[in-house]
Amino acid sequence: MPNPLNELLRQYLTVAIFAGLGLAMVGAMLGVGWLLRPDRPEPQKYINYESGVDPLGVMWSQSQIRYYVFALLFVLFDVEAVFIFPWATRLEAYGAFGLIEMAVFIFILALGLVYAWRKGVLRWV
Amino acid sequence: MIGVLARLAQDTGDGILVPAEPIQAGVTQIATPEIQWVALLPHLILVVGGILLLTIASLFRHRVPRWAYTIYTVAVAAGAIIAALPLWVRVQDAERGPFSAIAGALGVDGFSIFITVIICAGVILTALLADGYLKREGIDGPELFVLLLLAASGGTIMASANDLIVLFLGLEILSISVYVMAAMHARRFTSLEAGMKYFILGAFSSAFFLYGIALVYGASGSTNMIRINQYLASPTGVVLSENGLLLGGFALLLVGFGFKVAAVPFHAWAPDVYQGAPTPVTAFMASAVKAGGFAAMLRVFVLTFGTFSGDWQPVVFALAVLSLLVGSVLAIVQTNVKRMLAYSSIAHAGFILVGVEVATEQGTAAALFYLAAYTFMVVGSFAVITVVGRKGDGHHELSDYRGLARRQPVLAFVFTILLLAQAGVPFTAGFFAKFYVISAAVDAENYSLAIIAMVSAVIAAFLYLRIMISMYMSTDSEAVTGEPDRVPVPLAAGIALFVACVVTVVIGFVPGPITDLANDAVPFLVQVG
Amino acid sequence: MNGGVDAAYLVLGAVLFAIGAAGLLVRRNLLVMFMCVELMLNAVNVTFVAFASALGDIGGQVAVFFVLVVAASEVVVGLALIVAIMRRKPGATADDISLMKG
Repeated sequence: MPNPLNELLRQYLTVAIFAGLGLAMVGAMLGVGWLLRPDRPEPQKYINYESGVDPLGVMWSQSQIRYYVFALLFVLFDVEAVFIFPWATRLEAYGAFGLIEMAVFIFILALGLVYAWRKGVLRWV
Repeated sequence: MIGVLARLAQDTGDGILVPAEPIQAGVTQIATPEIQWVALLPHLILVVGGILLLTIASLFRHRVPRWAYTIYTVAVAAGAIIAALPLWVRVQDAERGPFSAIAGALGVDGFSIFITVIICAGVILTALLADGYLKREGIDGPELFVLLLLAASGGTIMASANDLIVLFLGLEILSISVYVMAAMHARRFTSLEAGMKYFILGAFSSAFFLYGIALVYGASGSTNMIRINQYLASPTGVVLSENGLLLGGFALLLVGFGFKVAAVPFHAWAPDVYQGAPTPVTAFMASAVKAGGFAAMLRVFVLTFGTFSGDWQPVVFALAVLSLLVGSVLAIVQTNVKRMLAYSSIAHAGFILVGVEVATEQGTAAALFYLAAYTFMVVGSFAVITVVGRKGDGHHELSDYRGLARRQPVLAFVFTILLLAQAGVPFTAGFFAKFYVISAAVDAENYSLAIIAMVSAVIAAFLYLRIMISMYMSTDSEAVTGEPDRVPVPLAAGIALFVACVVTVVIGFVPGPITDLANDAVPFLVQVG
Repeated sequence: MNGGVDAAYLVLGAVLFAIGAAGLLVRRNLLVMFMCVELMLNAVNVTFVAFASALGDIGGQVAVFFVLVVAASEVVVGLALIVAIMRRKPGATADDISLMKG
C-alpha cells in the first residue's frame, strides 16, 4: 500500500536529482576554472569593462528609456500566454474548433508585433 | 545516467519522463459553442476593420494618404451599420424575435442594434471631424482611426453583452482605446494630462465595477445576466435588503457606471478630460462612449435587476437629480466653451438617467431616443469647437467666439441651431428628447424628477444663450485690436457639421421614425438555444 | 453550492480593495497610484476565486484570467502615459498635472 505522501516525495526525487546534478555541474565547471587559471591580481583589472576606455561617472545611473518599451511589449505578450496554457493542456479535447480559435488569437497578437516592428520599436539603436 | 533516471521515473509509475497515462486516442471532446457569425457581424466588421487598418497602414506607412484613413473608417462604420440592418429585420420579425449568440454570451435584440447604429454614427462623424483636425495639428498615422474603430467595437459589445464578464471586456476595450485617444495630441501637455486623468479615474471606476460583478457573482452564482435575472425572479429568491452581497454588488456597479457616464458625484474627471482631450476625441467621448455606458447601464439595471428596481431606483434618482442640477449650474460659471459643454454633457447625462430611473419600457425608449438625438447634437457642437479652436486646439475661450456671426455667419448659424437643440427648443431633436424623457417620468408618476428635469433645462438654456450672445454681439474693443482671421472649415468637418445639423432639425420636425425605432428597440434577455 | 464561502477570503479581498482605493486617493506619485489600481484589481481576483471555489463553479476562475489580461493592458497603456508625462515634466506628481481647473 503506497503512502500518497511517499509517492509525492518519490516524484519530487527526480526533480531533486536533476537540480542537484545541475548545481554539481556548474560547480565543477567553476571549480576546474579556478584550479586551472593563473591568478595575478592588479587594480586595473577591477575597473568596469567599458570597451577598453576608462569608465566615466558612477555605475548607478538611469537605464535607457528603450528598455522600457521592450518591457512593456514583454508584459503585454507575456500575459496573453494565460489563455494559451489552459488550451495547450487540453489541446485534443478542444479539437479543431480550439485549434482554429487559438490560431486566430495568435494571429491577432502577431499583427500587433508586426505593428511594433514597423514602428521601429524592435530595433535596438 | 539518463537511463537510471528513466527507470526511476518508471518505478514511480507517474514520473516526469514517462507519463503514466499516455494521451488516449478517444479524448472526450469539450463541448464548444456554436458561433452565429451573422449575429457577430457588426462587431466583427469593426474589430477586423480596425486591425486591418493598423496592419496595412503600418506595412505601407508612407504610401497611404491621410484622407484614405478617413474614408476607410467611414466605410467600415457604415459597413457595420449595414450589417446590423438585416439583424434588425430579423429581430423585429414576430416569429423569430431576439436571440442570443455564442452560448448566451451576446444578446441580439432591437436595443443592442439601435445602440450599435448610434455608436457607428458617432464613429463616422468623429472620423470626418478628425480628418481636418489631424492635418491641422500635424499628427500623422492611422492610430486615431484604429482606436476609434476598436473603441466602437467595445461599445457595441457592451450594448449587446449578456454576461457581466463580456460587458466588462467591452467596457475595457472601449475605455483603454479612449485613454490613448485622449492623450493622442502628445505635444500639448493638456492632452497628456487629460489622458492620465481619464486613465487613473477610469481604471479606478473599472475596479469598482469589477468588484460589483464579483459580488453579484458570489450572491447569484453566475455572471450570466439571464441566470442572474432568473435567480432574482425565482419565488424562493432573495430579499435584497437582507442579501448584503447582492446589495453591495448593485452599489459598486452603480459607482462604476456613474464614473463611466460622468454622473454627479462621480463627474470630477469629465470637465478636465473633455477640455484637455483633442476636440474630435471629446466629441466621441460625449457621444459614443456615453451611449455605450448608458446601454450597459440600461441592460444591467433596468433589464437584469429589473425585479428589484425598488432597491436601486432611489440611488439612481439621487444621481439623476444631482447631475441635472450640478451639471447645468456649474456650466454657467465657466468661461471656456469646451468646459461649458463638458458640464452641459453632465446635465444631459442627468436627463438620460431620468429615463433609466423610471425603469419602464417607455423610459428605456426615451433614453434611447435621447442618446440618438444627443449624439448628433453634441458631435455637431464639438465640430464647431474643433474648427474654431484653430491650430494648437487652444482657442476655446468665450472671447474667441466674439463676432463669429459677423466673420462666418454660416458657421455661427449652424452652431446656434445645435446649441438651441441642446437647450431643447421646439422643432429641434433636443426638444423631443427632453419631452419623451420627462413624459416617461410623468407617466411613472415620478413628478418630482420631472419637475427637476424641467428646472435644469431652464438653467441650462441660459448657458447656451450665453455662448450665442457672444457669437452675435461683438464688442467695440475688438474693432480696435483688430479681428482674428476667419477660421478655415475643412471639407470633411463641413460634411459632419452639415449631417449633424440636418439630422437635428429633421428629427425636430419629424420625430416619428426615430420614436418608432426607439420604441421597437426593447432590450430582451434570451435564453440560450 | 457546497458549504458557503470562507469569509476570510472575502475579508482579505475587501481589505486589499480598500487599501488600493485609499492609496489611490491619498498618494500623489503617479506610479504608486497606478500600483494601487493593480492592487484593487487583484483584490477582485481574490474575491472571484473565493466565490468560484465556494460555488464549485469554474466561471469565477475564468473571469480571473480575463481580469489579468485587462490589468496587463491597463499597465501598458498607463505606463506609456506616465513615461510620456515624465519626459515632459521629470518627477511629475499628481499635483503637477493640473493645468486645467474650474
